Amino acid sequence: MIKKLTSWGKYPLIDATINTPSMSQDLVLAKQTGIARGLGRSYGDSALSENIVISERWNHFISFNEDTGELRCEAGVSLDDILTTFVPKGWFLSVTPGTKFVTIGGAIASDVHGKNHHLEGSFSDHVTSLTLITNGQEITCSKEENCDLFRATCGGMGLTGMITEATFKLKPITSAYIKQKVVKANCLETALALFEQHKGVPYSVAWIDCLSTGDNLGRSLLMLGEHAEKGALTTHKDGLLNMPCDMPSFLLNKYTIQAFNSAYYNKQLKEEVNNTIHYDPFFYPLDGINNWNRMYGRNGFTQYQFVIPKEAGKEGLTEILEAIAQSKQGSFLAVLKVFGEGNQNHLSFAMEGYTLALDFKLNDSLFALMDRLDTIVRKYAGRLYLSKDVRMSEEMFKAGYPHWEAFQALRKDYGVDQRYHSLQSKRLGL
Amino acid sequence: MNIGQKIIIIGATSAMAKEVARLYAVEKATLYLIARDPSKLETIKRDLKIRGANAVYTASFEANLFETHEALIEQAFETLGFVDTLLIAHGSLPNQELCQTDAIKAIEALNTNGVSFVSLLTYGATKMEQQRSGNIVVITSVAGDRGRQSNYIYGAAKGMVSTFLQGLAQRLSKSGVHVLDIKPGFVDTPMTADFDKGALWAKPKKVAQIIKKRISKKSSSSYTPAFWLYIMMVIKLIPKFLFNKIKL
Repeated sequence: MIKKLTSWGKYPLIDATINTPSMSQDLVLAKQTGIARGLGRSYGDSALSENIVISERWNHFISFNEDTGELRCEAGVSLDDILTTFVPKGWFLSVTPGTKFVTIGGAIASDVHGKNHHLEGSFSDHVTSLTLITNGQEITCSKEENCDLFRATCGGMGLTGMITEATFKLKPITSAYIKQKVVKANCLETALALFEQHKGVPYSVAWIDCLSTGDNLGRSLLMLGEHAEKGALTTHKDGLLNMPCDMPSFLLNKYTIQAFNSAYYNKQLKEEVNNTIHYDPFFYPLDGINNWNRMYGRNGFTQYQFVIPKEAGKEGLTEILEAIAQSKQGSFLAVLKVFGEGNQNHLSFAMEGYTLALDFKLNDSLFALMDRLDTIVRKYAGRLYLSKDVRMSEEMFKAGYPHWEAFQALRKDYGVDQRYHSLQSKRLGL
Repeated sequence: MNIGQKIIIIGATSAMAKEVARLYAVEKATLYLIARDPSKLETIKRDLKIRGANAVYTASFEANLFETHEALIEQAFETLGFVDTLLIAHGSLPNQELCQTDAIKAIEALNTNGVSFVSLLTYGATKMEQQRSGNIVVITSVAGDRGRQSNYIYGAAKGMVSTFLQGLAQRLSKSGVHVLDIKPGFVDTPMTADFDKGALWAKPKKVAQIIKKRISKKSSSSYTPAFWLYIMMVIKLIPKFLFNKIKL
């Protein structure tokens, strides 16, 4: 049936034919075209197409090895479901993004990263095997078997086929709690130095006040964490709050954001705070508010997330932060993270360097700002995260992802270059 | 506490029943699953074992082969020994338009969604009565409250089951067996895949949580989620002369 469909950024809104086949309808699945979709948490148009296959009915666990922590499940299983089931048994996700409302298929297709990328890599680095339906065939692949297809599918945005099952490793924990340290950094240089100083800590991320300028440019709160040894293995609760409708979009403007950022930064008076908190607020602070994307109003929002190589470091980040501060297009959520080495997947986002993610309410002047930021990111040989993107140009994509040609060649080999596509893949010339 | 309950679920591959089974599996329940498709049952069995089920037994059945029901129920009770809850949740949404011109199809739909429940409940209720405790939980529908032109065949079947359950509840209350008629409103399941979903739709997991809570509290509220009580109250109050003029 045809329905109106959008993703997390609420832009664009399109008409799409929605299919929700069950796993046993493999003939139906084999005939599908368009793009697979999980919980629709990608921000832009990467899970939008005129024909959509939703994985919500592929939600079964298949096997679990209690010795190795290896879990096999269907691709529509959510991280939420995995945590609820496995935290009480003493297991946690090896890599988790900032929301638990994503599916395994989505996590692999976006090759998501988390606060531990500098030590543990991205999600697909923990995937030992996956099965996908591509061009009417069911194929299993891993780093050893059909390696090319594996490298293209992990981070491949669903463009190689429909992931149906995957096996990946969970990691043992003895507590559901995280020992957290929050350190204030009064400028970008301090923040980067703190990241370096704490590079042995498993989890690290910094919230940046992107409207502060001059000596305070890049002032931030660095949040560090490691799994606590003591504490109950209690799982999270369902979100208690809900954003019932779109907020009037004028409520978010440069003044309110500046006020929020100042308050948030100055809320913590001490230079350093140490505490123990549950994994839920540590990893998923926004999951507690259902539909928080409505905060940005009816017109929606987008996230600009780029990575630039380590050597571009302070210089590149400064140039970008200055451009944003100058534009006065503030962002509530500006998050900085140091990436470790990237992997060999064709289109995976992460590479060794710095990644900054910024939420922006959509308005008329925003895309011009983003084009300006693109120029800077490109100058420093960086790239944008496909799962957040809704507007980058084909040139920007191809410059940032040099393996796109190998990726496209593989899709042609498997005969799926015309079969699987999203609005994004068409825009990017794939 | 609900730890280690023993539960029979008929129609165990339905979205709502599966979610109920998952909630009990986490609490180490022993589950006896009955449904038509053995391969789907196997998928669900594996899933429930990983989630923590103490043991999972499966049996396949045809709702409309009534003569097999007695042995089916007998076997399930014998395997579990004692049964905390018997949940009946199978069904299929018939094509109303086809049923309007084809009585064979209409009767088949009535059998699947109505008569088969009576058959299974007849044997199940006797077993529970002998146990002198436990819960009988049956998923019917708000569609049974008032016949509407869009699905009165399905509604008639469900209405029959609800009326049957009213009497059964009265009878079994004397032997300590709790009978719960669950009438879900709109639930986002494979059975309703072709409907446009609005604000009134609930996810199967949400419905399952409500069902489990009602079982443990021995509640006899039927409407799920509860706001459907008010919606159905209004629908039932619409005077006939007006009701017959509208489409619903």
